Amino acid sequence: MALMDAVLELADDHLVLGHRLSEWCGHAPMLEEDLALPNMALDLIGTARTLYDYAAKLEGQGRSEDDIAYLRGEREYRNCLLVERPNEDFAHTVLRQFFFAAFMHPYWHAAQDSDDEVIRGVAGKAVKEMAYHIRHAGEWVIRLGDGTEESAQRMRDAVEALSIYTAELFEEGAAEGAPALPSRAAQREAWDATIAHVFAEAQLEMPEVPFPQTGGRKGLHGEGLGHMLAEMQSVYRAHPGATW
Amino acid sequence: MVAEVADICAARAWEAAAAVPDPEVPCVTVADLGILRGVEMDGDVAVAKVTPTYSGCPATLAIEMAIEVALREAGFDARIERVLSPAWTTDWITEEGREKLRAYGIAPPEEPSGSVRALFGETTVTCLRCGSRETEKLSEFGSTACKAQYRCTACLEPFDYFKCL
Repeated sequence: MALMDAVLELADDHLVLGHRLSEWCGHAPMLEEDLALPNMALDLIGTARTLYDYAAKLEGQGRSEDDIAYLRGEREYRNCLLVERPNEDFAHTVLRQFFFAAFMHPYWHAAQDSDDEVIRGVAGKAVKEMAYHIRHAGEWVIRLGDGTEESAQRMRDAVEALSIYTAELFEEGAAEGAPALPSRAAQREAWDATIAHVFAEAQLEMPEVPFPQTGGRKGLHGEGLGHMLAEMQSVYRAHPGATW
Repeated sequence: MVAEVADICAARAWEAAAAVPDPEVPCVTVADLGILRGVEMDGDVAVAKVTPTYSGCPATLAIEMAIEVALREAGFDARIERVLSPAWTTDWITEEGREKLRAYGIAPPEEPSGSVRALFGETTVTCLRCGSRETEKLSEFGSTACKAQYRCTACLEPFDYFKCL
């Protein structure tokens, strides 16, 4: 069960962030981003689907990927807090994406050597997609951070607001008992290097965080996640058992 | 004798499955793209092994259903197996597939997949219309998950580019 719980944590990270990005569809500040944000959402939701499907097989109770995604409440979700943070402005959204992708890229890179075939398959695909997300989100962090007075202030506000959630990325969570998955803590060095590289170009600084926020892996979430799930799950719950 | 019959069946089943066009880029077949990994006979059932292109490719299910239909129309009982590992890369697109993409107006991937240049550097993309190497990226993402948008600065033609992944 340790592996199933660990796979669920990963899947929840991807679905929640993917859904957050999908909320931008039709609202992005320019056409290019209206394509980019849902495209990145698709990558994340696609990864989540494969992982939910795998978690359901590991559990062996006959639940489907949809049951797991749509019939669990907020306290049963095991995503980290960073991915559930509301979109706020565009600076918040691209910084959240950059923080997450900078973590997942080395993580999937390490997972390519897993002895678990499904994890290897997911990792082989996701590692390249995350590299693409780092590049795209990272370019925006630089453009806004090193941009106008207004854009730089918004990016600094985003750093201030989101940096308190980054330490949780490196908590091992359920994967501690699942050797098929890489250590999260071991990705710290690569993450720090990516952030330092982009922040230097963006004229940004990573603040000291005396009290990091955590709890997502135990099901303790911010207020926003419940609202997000209520909307995301409404159709599935209103029409139980419907297929199309 | 039995083994020979099975081989002939598998070859016929491959032909039927391999001719299925990609639903989003219909100029190329699933065999051209390299996503049809193989067709084997399991008794009387033709088993097609398919690897999805991108994690979130919305066409994955449509492709699998189209292959199954093609096999059934060719007279086989059919089953699809989704193979995730090894993951698909643009390196698996055949030479013929690359030619077809060019003729269709989509620049095929130029760098080996996963190379640092392809992922982080400025990829050099050749203009489909005039052959100039002076092109610029318009958008990192395009009309489908597998494409980016470029423009030729010599002849000004905008065109799709198949991402290196």
